[in-house]
Amino acid sequence: MVMKMKNTRYERIADNHKAQENRGKNAFIAFFVGGLVGLIGEGIIELFCYYLHISRSDASTFMIVILIFVASLSTALGFFDKLVTKFKCGLLIPITGFAHSMTSAALDYRKEGPVYGIGSNIFKLAGSVILYGVVSAWFFGMIRFIIGGGS
Amino acid sequence: MTFYYQNVYMKDTATVVGPYEKDGPLKKYYDKTYSDLYFGEKSWEQAEIKLVQDSLTILMKKVGMKKEDIDLVVSGDLLNQISASTYGTNGVGKSFIGIYGACSSSVLGMILASNFIDDHRVSNALALVSSHNMSSEKQFRNPTEYGAPKPSSATFTATGAASCFLTREKCDVRIESATLGKIVDYEQNDPNDMGRVMAPAAIETLKKHFDETGRNPDYYDLILTGDLGRYGKDIVKEYMMNVYGIELSDRYNDCGVMLYDLEKQEEVLAGGSGPACSALVAFGYVFHELQKKKLKKVLLIATGALFSPTLLYQKRNINSIAHAISLEVE
Repeated sequence: MVMKMKNTRYERIADNHKAQENRGKNAFIAFFVGGLVGLIGEGIIELFCYYLHISRSDASTFMIVILIFVASLSTALGFFDKLVTKFKCGLLIPITGFAHSMTSAALDYRKEGPVYGIGSNIFKLAGSVILYGVVSAWFFGMIRFIIGGGS
Repeated sequence: MTFYYQNVYMKDTATVVGPYEKDGPLKKYYDKTYSDLYFGEKSWEQAEIKLVQDSLTILMKKVGMKKEDIDLVVSGDLLNQISASTYGTNGVGKSFIGIYGACSSSVLGMILASNFIDDHRVSNALALVSSHNMSSEKQFRNPTEYGAPKPSSATFTATGAASCFLTREKCDVRIESATLGKIVDYEQNDPNDMGRVMAPAAIETLKKHFDETGRNPDYYDLILTGDLGRYGKDIVKEYMMNVYGIELSDRYNDCGVMLYDLEKQEEVLAGGSGPACSALVAFGYVFHELQKKKLKKVLLIATGALFSPTLLYQKRNINSIAHAISLEVE
């Protein structure tokens, strides 16, 4: 009982010295930069459609590959982490974040070898995204099948 | 538990740091600085081992002894199996004790070594700690290139190794007394706010030290906590004043706040952390000031968050611990 009372007192004092986060500013930066990544992606699709005369769905596949490549390359060159620190979720939520999470894990564990290092650890962060992405895709596919009849 | 020592002296120290510490305000007190984080090694872990070896080489040269003449080596770090210590100190000394007290290892090592010396079991000993920003990130958090955004309450693991040579032979700086802390659980569980996690341990050990020695903060010229950062430091100050009526005043500071320039080096957020943080400030700046007699009595309370990512994910709290050591010059 005495211990509990002491803890509430500690909580109160600790709360007086809590770091203040500028959530509004962080959200705005993430929104703006994330939107910018989307805009670049859309621009790439339009360019491909216009100049290469390919379908929109083919063009969006190319766009994804390009964004993944650029993000992975900039991770490997060592400056993407600094951009992430600055622009936060604006770069982590789009496909760039997914690529970055895999490349950064691979880089970190490369010295432990191709199997126990890269192989075992490359999905350290991305594993959750893949697992729950597949699971939720299955559920939504089932819902779509039941309601729309699979068409 | 407070111990008083009759004849334990701190003869010399050696500090080696990475680029962030080099850019900090205590630069001139370090023996060796690096501008990159690999130090010519292949991995972060091996870079940390290199720091330990550098620090030992410098210290041996300073005290003019051979590696095999050291009676006891006490060393700790943050890596799994304290591997920077075991690989880095290999070949040094006649005996070895590896310790883990998270960031409190710096003072814990000094206390253990001092007890052996004061009990006449050994005549000299080395106490050493290291930490590396990248090897810690890799082990405790995300891959180093991930750069995940962190809140401003997070602390920044210091890159460096710091060692000191303790002996029964009389020197300027004397280890006067030490208070061993115990594990503290204040139901904290935010790994991005270690200051808040560790402040209770610092508070309890400080209170214990003052109670058992009958001293008050005025006895010391400087009271230093290990790595609470700017927010943790303020918590300790207010709690000591409001709950125990002990005014720490301006003679109190935190090594995590002193190690970096918090205004200019924004990447360190709330301040430095890691076992090397308190040791770099104590063995660099504090030891220098004690030798020059600008400081005469210093109390160092190294704080450690006994943080296991595994148990945190299993919904357990983060416990903490703090140990205090008192350094004096005549």
